[in-house]
Amino acid sequence: MSDIQIWTLVFVGVTFALYIYVAYASRVSDTSGFYVAGGGIPAPANGAAIAADWMSAASFISMAGLIALAYNGYSGSAYLMGWTGGYVLLAMLLAPYLRKFGKYTVPDFVGDRYNETARLIAVICAIVVSLTYVVGQMAGVGVVFSRFLEVDTTVGVLIGMAIVFFYAVLGGMKGITWTQVCQYTVLIIAYLIPAVAISTKLTDIPLPQVGWGQILDELQGLQADLGFGDYTAALTGSGQMNMFLLTATLMFGTAGLPHVIVRFYTAKNVRAARYSALWALFFIALLYTTAPTVAAFSKFNILSASSDGNLADQSWFDTWASAGLITNLDATGAPTDLNGNGAIDFQGAAGSNEVLINNDILVLASPEIGGLPAPIVGLVAAGGLAAALSTASGLLLVISSSVANDVYHKRINKAASEKQQLLVARISMGVAVVVAGWLGIDPPGFAGQVVALAFGLGAASFFPILVLGIFWKKCTAAGAAAGMAAGIVVTMAYFVWTLPSDSAWFFLGKDPILDIAPVGFGFIGMLLNFVVTIVVSQFTRKPSETMQHLVEEVRYPGRTDLVARHAEGEPLA
Amino acid sequence: MDEQTRRAYWRSNLRLMTILLAIWALVSFGAGIFFADALNEIEIAGFPLGFWFANQGSILVFLALIAVYVFSMDRLDKQYGVDDYEEEVRGS
Repeated sequence: MSDIQIWTLVFVGVTFALYIYVAYASRVSDTSGFYVAGGGIPAPANGAAIAADWMSAASFISMAGLIALAYNGYSGSAYLMGWTGGYVLLAMLLAPYLRKFGKYTVPDFVGDRYNETARLIAVICAIVVSLTYVVGQMAGVGVVFSRFLEVDTTVGVLIGMAIVFFYAVLGGMKGITWTQVCQYTVLIIAYLIPAVAISTKLTDIPLPQVGWGQILDELQGLQADLGFGDYTAALTGSGQMNMFLLTATLMFGTAGLPHVIVRFYTAKNVRAARYSALWALFFIALLYTTAPTVAAFSKFNILSASSDGNLADQSWFDTWASAGLITNLDATGAPTDLNGNGAIDFQGAAGSNEVLINNDILVLASPEIGGLPAPIVGLVAAGGLAAALSTASGLLLVISSSVANDVYHKRINKAASEKQQLLVARISMGVAVVVAGWLGIDPPGFAGQVVALAFGLGAASFFPILVLGIFWKKCTAAGAAAGMAAGIVVTMAYFVWTLPSDSAWFFLGKDPILDIAPVGFGFIGMLLNFVVTIVVSQFTRKPSETMQHLVEEVRYPGRTDLVARHAEGEPLA
Repeated sequence: MDEQTRRAYWRSNLRLMTILLAIWALVSFGAGIFFADALNEIEIAGFPLGFWFANQGSILVFLALIAVYVFSMDRLDKQYGVDDYEEEVRGS
């Protein structure tokens, strides 16, 4: 067993033991504890939990590589702005009001504010979005296990499933929240230590956010020498328009994803919900302002190695080539010296490039590329697992509470006792874990694309009707149902029209309309949802007087009569 | 709280929100995307300014915007006497 494997085993073992202990200590026995942790989580802890919930395997493992390799610098910042800017919308437009409304789930708000049809559409959206998203996390767990511990991917997923199953089924939202606080701590330490070390090594400035300014000029030079495009130049024309659409879609999508919104229900009160948003963005910003520095430093290191001679001479090259992350151009095997100059060349121009470097390598291999010792490599592996597991458990809770609360309790058995509801919640959680694990072992071909598109659907379905439901008293049930349906149908139709036909039989692979990239279409679907909801609301039956008063009361913190009666279960006509 | 006070509270909230969201859009879509090319002419500490806003500046501004919102709302709640948060209820 190598040093790296031993250290990985140590860090993974210690962190897993910690999660299990925390989950056992915070086990619950009532539905309020299971769905929203009893609504008693202090704001800083809730913020850390939101951050861990939010930052998935994609943020931790893939984002820096996406910026440096797939997007070549500037245009990758659509993800940085998009995945943080949504929190401004959440803090001001949704979090305080949904918390004041005082229910358990997003479909709960939709169903109570509008009607049962709208609730049903919301339940289906919440489950579909969460399930596609959780599959990616389970696959991520398997990947980390297989790369660092050389166990089979299937075994890795099974271990991950067992851990999540234990703390999510036992502790519900309470167990999940406190484990996520620990997982945030693990993942942020694992992300920052290599970044600080590499920044110090290359620039003598320990703060990577300042340090990377020192290497940008040199990086630009290397990019030009090796035939890569300009790393910092802004976009123009349709590139600029698509970057705007992608950024906006990610922002509004973030504010429309049920697993994020539900976290504001766990806050103690309206004020704590606002502060949760502040803490959450603070904790997220620690990683998100570091990610572009990791991208630039690692790309700088790789390009210097390539321009100085043979990339294959680097100590990390063989490890990652044998893990299948550094490959030849068709990704079918190890890279070969195509032009016979005795070296593996990493070049920007298609004809002279000999190697394909996977996006994920930039973070996972950054300690090795930067020449850092084995314990840090093990720590990064534990961090990647923390990111994947924390997001998976948050998503599983949305699935379980949607089934148990919105379908079973509200539709099937209104007289269900506390104990019955809890049992149904635990069973659906268990089933969701098994389904997610099964799909994670053998992900369907289009899973990767579906995750990116989940944001488009979040923006086009939930965001407009939630905001209008709070800010516009006369928004009607028929309007909201029509708006949601129009947003989802048109957005889905555009995906089917434009996505490459080789990834699934129902994608048509046609040319995009007006050059609009499918990932950015959610913003347009959202505008359509707004328009349809507003127009249909003009011609349909207005909400009852009581409902309009209730919406009015949601705008003020503190105890208000109607909201209190509604929260205690009194039916409001 | 009577009707008029309620309305005044809500109007103050909406005004604050509008200002903050305008800054939100200006910094991200403006400085980070549409004016990025022009701002890149300016370079500070090694960073072309438009590139910096897209990568880091916008995130720091977002954080500042939420902070201003949270603190201002605390003050507003107190001023209008709606700060009895502990009395809020939750149900099923």
